[in-house]
Amino acid sequence: MSQNNALFTYTLRLADDLLILSQRLGEWCGHGPILEEDIALTNRALDHLGEARNLLTYAGQVEGKGRSEDNLAYLRMERQFTNVKLMEQPNGDYAHTMVRSFLFDAYHLPLMQALLKSSDEQLAAIAGKAVKEATYHLRASSEWIIRFGDGTEESHQRAQTALDDLWTYTGELFEIDPVLEEMTKAGIAPDITAIKESWSKTVDQVLAEATLKRPADAFMMTGGRKGLHSEHMGFILAEMQHVTRAYPGVEW
Amino acid sequence: MTDVKNLDDIFQAKIDAEQKIEPKDWMPDAYRKNLIRQISQHAHSEVVGMLPEGNWITRAPSLKRKAILLAKVQDEAGHGLYLYSAVETMGVSREQTIDDLLSGKAKYSSIFNYPTLTWADIGAIGWLVDGAAIMNQVMLCRTSYGPYARAMVRICKEESFHQRQGYEIMAVLAKGSPEQKEMAQDALNRWWWPSLMMFGPTDANSPHSAQSMKWKIKRQSNDELRQIFIDRTVQQAEVIGLTIPDPELKWNEETKHYDWGTIDWTEFNNVVAGNGPCNKERLAARNKAHNEGAWVREAAVAYAAKKAKRKAA
Repeated sequence: MSQNNALFTYTLRLADDLLILSQRLGEWCGHGPILEEDIALTNRALDHLGEARNLLTYAGQVEGKGRSEDNLAYLRMERQFTNVKLMEQPNGDYAHTMVRSFLFDAYHLPLMQALLKSSDEQLAAIAGKAVKEATYHLRASSEWIIRFGDGTEESHQRAQTALDDLWTYTGELFEIDPVLEEMTKAGIAPDITAIKESWSKTVDQVLAEATLKRPADAFMMTGGRKGLHSEHMGFILAEMQHVTRAYPGVEW
Repeated sequence: MTDVKNLDDIFQAKIDAEQKIEPKDWMPDAYRKNLIRQISQHAHSEVVGMLPEGNWITRAPSLKRKAILLAKVQDEAGHGLYLYSAVETMGVSREQTIDDLLSGKAKYSSIFNYPTLTWADIGAIGWLVDGAAIMNQVMLCRTSYGPYARAMVRICKEESFHQRQGYEIMAVLAKGSPEQKEMAQDALNRWWWPSLMMFGPTDANSPHSAQSMKWKIKRQSNDELRQIFIDRTVQQAEVIGLTIPDPELKWNEETKHYDWGTIDWTEFNNVVAGNGPCNKERLAARNKAHNEGAWVREAAVAYAAKKAKRKAA
């Protein structure tokens, strides 16, 4: 694989995680548990979408085949999406939504901080914009995990269930494959084991304060980076892409 | 002791002198009730209005449009928040105000009981529904109750952006493919008359209008605002090549206004009475969000209490 191909794939992975999570969070709009949270969730969706758009545009430039952000978002099929399966999991109750975001935020922030030093100027610049938002996202989701864990019996139970349900999807965030190896070697991607250490530390700290139990690292799901998704993915794309695909080649 | 008659006179003199009424000022009960009704309806409209537009967030046809729509619906939630706070300045808690919406006791703008069927509806809502709302809201920036007037200043800035983005969606569709233009025209056909209904009953049939004008809560009548809206919007439709669905629409050289057809008030009354296409769905969605969010709000309260107790210990 040429370095350009690897950079395209790597950038697309970063973009797809954010795009699909944003799409899921967008489903909440108008249905949040309280007006302030409706606003916060939409903000989160908007931040992720903004970052995804920068990354998709850049991926299209790296690929050099004239694909735009919309082309990449709306005209790829399930097998061509490279997000981790955690992002496509259904919203469930608010505990599932917040735990999903927390597990991602605790990875996303140190990743963006490390990407600031990427040898790829464009990725470093995109990370520069993202760090501030990612800091806020992690603070907000951590606070909810603590409130749930140390709130009522019901909220504690719901948070623990969400954590147990979603834990199996966290291994994928730290998978190493030839693309990542090549990017790390080139100084474009940071060392993922360091990101994992930071993630693990944050998770331990927050769960301890929340009086929640960290699930054991049993079986970890895999496949998303290779385009092997859950059955949810087809429906996410059907919904997201149907108007654009029904009227090919027009402006919106 | 000052008698009530005198207080009423002082109050009206203040209004006539264009001074704002503030939360701690004395005000007639009827003024307070009228405002609580109006501001809470307005707040509910912002919040219920998130539903028809939120309906298209996951399906917006480009990422740019998706981002704009997310931001817009988020603005509406923010407007709901300011307005619930404005109601609180009149001594009614947000919980109480929201309970009245959820039980069906309080009303919200009937326009949101119509469905958003195609992407062009998002354009039509911005252009027509927000456009009609702005007519009222610009006037409300000068309303006599201070907190309401101040909330409206910020809301108006955002609404005018909403209106422009809606018009721009329609403009792009109208100059797009024949299917896109048809989609835009169909949306205009469906949203035009309900948008005119947003200004409320004719002046002759508006139960609250006269008193509201005297108190300067309202400053222009329903019919006046409706006419300004029509005059502006007809020209905007012409610019992008769409046709207003009113065969009686005609420029009147004498009045310098457009003459136009007749609103179907039976439809209006039906939707207000709960028989619109989406009344049940909208209220059900708000109740579902509220009920499913109960444990989240309880957890936040319980945690805050525990934290305060630990701090005190």
